[in-house]
Amino acid sequence: MSLVETIENLARGKKNLRFMEVCGTHTVAIFRAGIRNILPENVELVSGPGCPVCVTGDEYIDAAIAYAKMDGVIIATFGDMLKVPGSAENLAEVAAAGADVRVIYSPLDCIKIAQENPAKRVIFLAVGFETTAPTAAAAVLAARNLGVTNLLFLSAQKLVPPALKMLLADSAVRVDGFLLPGHVAVVTGADAFRFLQVPAVVAGFEPEEILLALVNLLRQVDEGRAEVANEYKSVVRAEGNLAAQKILAQVYEPVDAEWRGLGVIPKSGLKMREEFAAFDAEKVLPLEIKKSARKTACRCGEVLRGVIKPVECPLFGKACQPLHAVGPCMISVEGICAAWYKYGGLRL
Amino acid sequence: MCLAFPAKVVAIEESLATVEHSGVRRQASLMLLPEAKVGDYVLVHAGFAMQVVDEEEVRLRDALVAEMNGAPRTVFTL
Repeated sequence: MSLVETIENLARGKKNLRFMEVCGTHTVAIFRAGIRNILPENVELVSGPGCPVCVTGDEYIDAAIAYAKMDGVIIATFGDMLKVPGSAENLAEVAAAGADVRVIYSPLDCIKIAQENPAKRVIFLAVGFETTAPTAAAAVLAARNLGVTNLLFLSAQKLVPPALKMLLADSAVRVDGFLLPGHVAVVTGADAFRFLQVPAVVAGFEPEEILLALVNLLRQVDEGRAEVANEYKSVVRAEGNLAAQKILAQVYEPVDAEWRGLGVIPKSGLKMREEFAAFDAEKVLPLEIKKSARKTACRCGEVLRGVIKPVECPLFGKACQPLHAVGPCMISVEGICAAWYKYGGLRL
Repeated sequence: MCLAFPAKVVAIEESLATVEHSGVRRQASLMLLPEAKVGDYVLVHAGFAMQVVDEEEVRLRDALVAEMNGAPRTVFTL
């Protein structure tokens, strides 16, 4: 029996089931493989806040832009951040106007840029979930060991488990289970999600691996179980990557953090420990950023919680398209709205 | 954002590994995976090796990708 047939058999006669994925790479993989279209009608996949770029707030982008406009500053960033809107403009526009904004592949690349430009300050936009945060922490340690003093980090890293906790407590969000983010779990370990009271499965990224995880979720529903299963055993261990966790905890500590569209989630962000203040952009170059709420009809807060589908937003596909996006979910290649737009979500 | 790919460690110099996949070689730091050895397959993310990957899983994945690119069917069970 194929995986899809197994899913059909398990879903038959059941109430409508909603499973949420909380990883942008899963979102894209699910759309690209057409998985939504082959599932039974009563099994719905919804996307949660799984894209770190999408949940980064205007204020962070405004701070990055303010730094980019300073003399003697080089901004280093992952490419996904370039077009995320701040309250007035984005980094790509600031770069086009002459600011030095460089796209890097690894946080370690920042060290090289800093060494090659001793008269300048390099600021790395440290965005990401548990997968990426340890790479920034390791870069901080490497910079310290090498005596690099002109490299700063602007932290907006976020932690996935506190966000899931908040979603479960939100009565507007109805989910019957989670597809857990595979590469976040590589670092945190599957056990970090044991607090969930609903079925949950750590999933890989190939279409077959996603279907396998869905079979597991449906079996749990069928048998009335709610546990954390691991269907990505090739790289995910129960305890995760202890070396990465240790380096992360050495450099960063959890802090309450604002998520775009979701509000402040307790202990869901990371800030640098006092010991590393010399690498903390906010400490070394403090900014006065005015909080300016952008007025827009963008409904990313509801999209990011799976409360509405992107097509239910009045801007989707009209005022908001990848080439002239209003919200970050349309800009990031792993954003929910971008996936719906690109892979035929308009027809669904 | 959390994209990662499996690659084989072909050389290690201090905490920097040279990794290879499909003939492409890159550097990957072993700061977050000090236990990696030459010959291991590792999952690489943002220039860092993040975990040792089960070699059989890599072989299976490569065979599936080859099938999608038109190679004869070689994978029958998952």
